[in-house]
Amino acid sequence: MSDATIVLIVMTVGTFALKSAGPLVLGDRSLPARVQQAIGLLPAALLAALTIVSTMGDGREIVVDARLVGLVVAGIALWRRLPFVVVIVVASAATAFTRLIS
Amino acid sequence: MNDLDDAVRRRAIHRQAASIIAAVAPFGIVFGAAAATAGLSLLQAIGFSALVFGGSSQFAAVEILGDGGSVASAAIAGLLLNVRSLAFGVIMAPALFGAWWQRAAMSQLMIDESTAVGAAQIEQRWRRYGYLVAGIGVFVVWNLTTIVGHVAFAGAGDLITDLGLDAAGPAAFLALLWPRLSSAPQRRTAIVGALIALALIPFAPPGVPILAAMVGVVATRFGTPEEQPSGAPLDESGITP
Repeated sequence: MSDATIVLIVMTVGTFALKSAGPLVLGDRSLPARVQQAIGLLPAALLAALTIVSTMGDGREIVVDARLVGLVVAGIALWRRLPFVVVIVVASAATAFTRLIS
Repeated sequence: MNDLDDAVRRRAIHRQAASIIAAVAPFGIVFGAAAATAGLSLLQAIGFSALVFGGSSQFAAVEILGDGGSVASAAIAGLLLNVRSLAFGVIMAPALFGAWWQRAAMSQLMIDESTAVGAAQIEQRWRRYGYLVAGIGVFVVWNLTTIVGHVAFAGAGDLITDLGLDAAGPAAFLALLWPRLSSAPQRRTAIVGALIALALIPFAPPGVPILAAMVGVVATRFGTPEEQPSGAPLDESGITP
């Protein structure tokens, strides 16, 4: 078996265990109210973390590049209540344009 | 009346999912090309995209293998990037109800994109719907584009930056976060989460800052019991109209 196949098998098993632990162990059992309140805040933390890491992260480096321009433009578009798809398109366009002129 | 509301909500979710699914396509092509460059066969590349199904972890493992890294380092780096799935599972568990094998099957779709679209909804049934629509859509597109990338492209990385598509992900995540920012506790949570993640980027392997942001927010939440959000236990914020 090649190295890649071994890594593939290990990661398949391990990743599935990580993904399914919550749904299989917790199921749809209801958790204590206090825990539910904390979990209710998790999506905001997750989405904010994903936003910032995908904008300014590059491996283990914090970088400020054209992506940040795209994010600011996306913020303006959201503030102007533009549709979701438009937000994505103008953010990408602004990033591409920033790279073009810099 | 209710049917009408349902149709509107369904369309909103479709729109959110469509943008995110489209944004994934170029990265799938790049992954396929990267796998080919690293010496993986087409079957191995598809194996990663279908069985592991976790974009950043696939890139990490393949990159390490291509650089001549050991099996252990490639597998550990890849798995570390997927530890955040544990937290995703806690968020999504109530929405992914059903028999154990159904819950197991739905878990395979647990990635950033499906969890983001799912968690952005309020009612459990819409969380489930958003999660499944985004998850299945990304799964199909991710695997198809992996094949395209492996067979046809090398050096597709330029395509992504030239078109600014690396800003599509951040913009989509911000758009999903946006409606929550009108509620003060959610806004505070988002700011704290973003700061924790940003601060940890230089010090932790990729994937860990996102996990730490979620853990950190829960920790501060239990430290300050006076900040009780009112209303529904899961969420009191609005949603994209």
